[in-house]
Amino acid sequence: MRRYRYLALIPAIGMLGGVPVANRVEPYVLGLPFLLFWITLWVVLTSGIMWLILVLDRARDRAELHAARGDGRDGAAAGPPTPTAE
Amino acid sequence: MNAALLIILLALALAIFLGLQARRGTEMTLEQWSVGGRKFGTIFVFLLMAGEIYTTFTFLGGSGWAYGKGAPALYILCYGALAYALSYFLLPVIWRYAKTHGLVSQADFFASKYRSPGLGILVSLVSVAAIVPYLVLQLKGLGIIVSEASYGSISATAAVWIGTIAVVGYVVISGVRGSAWTAALKDLMILVVVVALGTYFPLHYHGGFRAMFEAIDRAKPGFLTLPATGMSTSWFISTVLLTALGFYMWPHTFASAYTAREEGVFRRNAVMLPLYQLVLLFVFFIGFAAILQVPGLTGTAADDSLMRLVRQNFSPWVMGVVGAAGLLTALVPGSMLLMAAATILAKNVYAPLRPGTDERTISILAKSLVPVIALVSVYFTFTGGDTLVALLLMGYNMVTQLFPALLFSLGSRPIATRAGAYAGILAGEATVAYLTKTGTTMAHLFPSWPSVVTDLNVGIVALIVNVVVLFVVTLVTRATRAPADAMLGAPSELVG
Repeated sequence: MRRYRYLALIPAIGMLGGVPVANRVEPYVLGLPFLLFWITLWVVLTSGIMWLILVLDRARDRAELHAARGDGRDGAAAGPPTPTAE
Repeated sequence: MNAALLIILLALALAIFLGLQARRGTEMTLEQWSVGGRKFGTIFVFLLMAGEIYTTFTFLGGSGWAYGKGAPALYILCYGALAYALSYFLLPVIWRYAKTHGLVSQADFFASKYRSPGLGILVSLVSVAAIVPYLVLQLKGLGIIVSEASYGSISATAAVWIGTIAVVGYVVISGVRGSAWTAALKDLMILVVVVALGTYFPLHYHGGFRAMFEAIDRAKPGFLTLPATGMSTSWFISTVLLTALGFYMWPHTFASAYTAREEGVFRRNAVMLPLYQLVLLFVFFIGFAAILQVPGLTGTAADDSLMRLVRQNFSPWVMGVVGAAGLLTALVPGSMLLMAAATILAKNVYAPLRPGTDERTISILAKSLVPVIALVSVYFTFTGGDTLVALLLMGYNMVTQLFPALLFSLGSRPIATRAGAYAGILAGEATVAYLTKTGTTMAHLFPSWPSVVTDLNVGIVALIVNVVVLFVVTLVTRATRAPADAMLGAPSELVG
């Protein structure tokens, strides 16, 4: 069970859930009215969160591959490449 | 011919040249033509997906809405990011199944999952119906670009015809590979143009971004926030959610998921594409800058604001470069849409109705349907009057109705039955058609409710109707069929 994948819900909750509160012009941040800044911030955070999930998924894929290969003595030759390998 | 038109024409010639280059040396089977032989890596799929998403809608419609409506335009920035997050989980599942079963189109997926060619036909018809407003949007955009770049010497009508011929010629010549290469050129141009203009105008007119927004806030108080009623926060949130769900339900977006070489492509793209969305910020800046500089464009004319502002400020050469970028933003998605619609009609409507049709016939039929679909779109371009965003929202409401049936089919066995999927989609589309035709809003349906409810995007109603019908029919069919199957000893997977 890859429970960290629920992190992917955070962008939707943060971006949209925050809109009623963030729906204002002041304060300006980076020259942007607050609502525009808020949404921009969450677009960037979405990318960051998805990156985190990608990293965790890759680590988990590797771990599962190792487990599937047993102690790994002759696994390197026989094991299939990970599905998410570059 | 002025310099602006000359540059636009050169861009078109280059696009066609790239299409021809891409075609050389590969035999064009249907799979080659429409899914590029399933061999594309991260960069190519990225370009294809970005290419579909950054359309004339983003370019002209995005700036047009920022100009005409203000803060509600920001929904465009939100839904893409959320859809990309969803794609991380959704697309690998779709891709894996499609690869195993050799699927080419979105309808193939439904037909295969529910083991029902009939459902494939229904999905095909829905998606082609939704593609038409999206194509109309591209053609309208092309019309605006060519006609503005000609400084009025080419009428909007002639411009639409010129654009249509260009798109059709391009699709027939190149297929999907041409799209991916031209997408690279297009993305580079649009990036440079949009960032340059979006930075130049606020600095030139106001000396800075904050100064520009403060000036807008003074001139039009409330324009930079969502209004208390109408396009309020409740409209905003419901629209973002609906469009995010519908995002990958477009047949061309769905099918571009098939072009990937391996599923890791989607995961990496889910990280990169939200950042790429930020280009939209500059599109908004252009629209916002236009508010105080080219005031008075109302209704559909708001879509002209970007080109008008450029025309007012720069020489025909710059106008040509902007127009060329605009042309490509219509050409790439326009060609994808046309190709998707043609492939769907040939392979998923005609072929199932006439068993025994060979691949060659389907391929020829698909190519000859391209101009037919284009002509239908031209017809609606001249008869309809909606703004670019309104057209897109209508198409979105239609494709979003496919989401429940897709979602409940993703497991190794569909949760919904075949009848349930049919009924859900039909009920959803019927609701969308009724609501669109009568112009019904939530305020009509629930007149005495607070604005939190009445401002909801009416597409929510259709989606709820869809899901409820899907479940009720699924339960009914399971209840009536299961005992019979048990008696006959049939495996339960045959149910539905």
